[in-house]
Amino acid sequence: MEQKPIVQVEHLRKLYGSTVAVEDVSFEVYEGEIFGMVGPNGAGKTTTIECIEGLRQPDSGRIRVLGLDSQRDGYALRPKIGMQLQESELQDRLKVWEALDLFATFYPQSINWRPLLEQLGLADKYNTPFAKLSGGQKQRLFIALALVNDPEVVFLDELTTGLDPQARRAMWDLVRQIRDRGKTVFLTTHFMEEAERLCDRVAIMDHGRIIALDTPENLINALGTEYRLVFAVDDPFDPQRFSSLKAITRVETMNEWVIVYGTTVEMVNEVVNALVKSGIRFRDLRTEHPTLEDVFLILTGRTMRD
Amino acid sequence: MRSLWKLTWTEIKLFLREPMAVFFTLAFPLMMLFLFGSIYGNEPIPDFGGYGAVDLSVPGYTAMIIANSGLLGLTISMASYREQGILRRLRATPLHPQAILVAHVIVQFLMALLGMVLLVIAGRLVYGLRFAGNPLYVLAAFCLSGMSFSALGFVLAGLLPTARTAQIVAMALFFPMIFLSGATIPREELPASVQQFAQVLPLTHVVTLLQGLWMGEPWGKYFWETVILVTLLIAGVLVSSKTFRWE
Repeated sequence: MEQKPIVQVEHLRKLYGSTVAVEDVSFEVYEGEIFGMVGPNGAGKTTTIECIEGLRQPDSGRIRVLGLDSQRDGYALRPKIGMQLQESELQDRLKVWEALDLFATFYPQSINWRPLLEQLGLADKYNTPFAKLSGGQKQRLFIALALVNDPEVVFLDELTTGLDPQARRAMWDLVRQIRDRGKTVFLTTHFMEEAERLCDRVAIMDHGRIIALDTPENLINALGTEYRLVFAVDDPFDPQRFSSLKAITRVETMNEWVIVYGTTVEMVNEVVNALVKSGIRFRDLRTEHPTLEDVFLILTGRTMRD
Repeated sequence: MRSLWKLTWTEIKLFLREPMAVFFTLAFPLMMLFLFGSIYGNEPIPDFGGYGAVDLSVPGYTAMIIANSGLLGLTISMASYREQGILRRLRATPLHPQAILVAHVIVQFLMALLGMVLLVIAGRLVYGLRFAGNPLYVLAAFCLSGMSFSALGFVLAGLLPTARTAQIVAMALFFPMIFLSGATIPREELPASVQQFAQVLPLTHVVTLLQGLWMGEPWGKYFWETVILVTLLIAGVLVSSKTFRWE
């Protein structure tokens, strides 16, 4: 099936003074996907997303969103896209309903936003001033504002930064719901786990360049790093028991711990089946597998937090 | 157009929820009126051409309201809207960016007008306020002064880096200005050297113009005041169009 490109970026370059923020970035975002741009702070993610949104002027390169040039046709494009910006706020005393009511009038077409408040869990905050909302509630309001014009594509810049883990997970569900409504989602994040769990495809950015772009699964598999299955046994264990299993590369034992290595996630099934069949009692079973964090580490030689 | 009115209406509501803004624009001038009205009354004073203290203070306090709206109100709200990223967020909508600025000018103008109307009503009811001028001229002078001070507000908001510095600088200009320009204390009671210095303050010319028109003097008598305020307006618009920043 031919995928329809919603966002097309070719050779984007952006300088701040003499500092290169984004260098030769090219990619496409397809209809109906959650596309993530991930990388450490200062990698150029926000610059890239704001150039695409038409909020910043690139120094060179070609950007098309829904077939429109986001620089030249910015005002024709804005009604068709939704944006959540990094580090932007609303007036302290503006109430939730007033914000939606106000933003809805800015667009030639807008949806009935009351059900949206319900879905985003903000219905009981209807009359609450912006300054009294929690971080997660503010972000949900910004999602509502990004959806008020029923856009075809939604841009979310560092949506979950500053949220606690629980609120972050709730936000992931909301993003999936946006995709399930048939919208395309373009998000940036500096959480590798978020990109891995949430995104259909991920572009890893570092120092203004895209250093890898694929599905999280392909990116991880391309490393060739092994999956590990770890469990404990009370009785002595003979590693030779697993020699017939195809998905396994090797087995190590350490005191009561057994560590099984394999190349694919299928080996988890094989090993557990084999253990159950032969009646071996095991406990504390867990899998350890490479993550996007490891992909970044191997591609750049350093961790995200460096 | 619908967007502009909606934004203006929203900002009016926000203005009325801001105690500082309401106090300085609406309540403080009334407090001054009643405070000095109760001390000096409004008996006709021969030196003032038969006008009383309240008759002269109402156009003076009106000038103070204008300075408050343009210099404090616009400067501080624009600088903090920029700092909080509110301007950025509004600019990410199809709304024309100029509409944001126009809405703020309209809000400050309407609130200043309300402040003046309250002064006039209170002055009339309590002190029998006298008025000999042409209301249209006074309104026109009010508009000109308001626009000049709005332009000044945008210049400051553009030049000053943070909301905090904008607030400090705006206050540092506002308070000396309302005391030295004749807006609150009659200029005649200040030392001659201070009166001379007051000529560099734009608000001095607003006070002179408004008081003159209030007492029915012809506008032609205030040619230089008008030139100064128009120049301030044009210079302010030119400078702020170059220096105003959205983020």
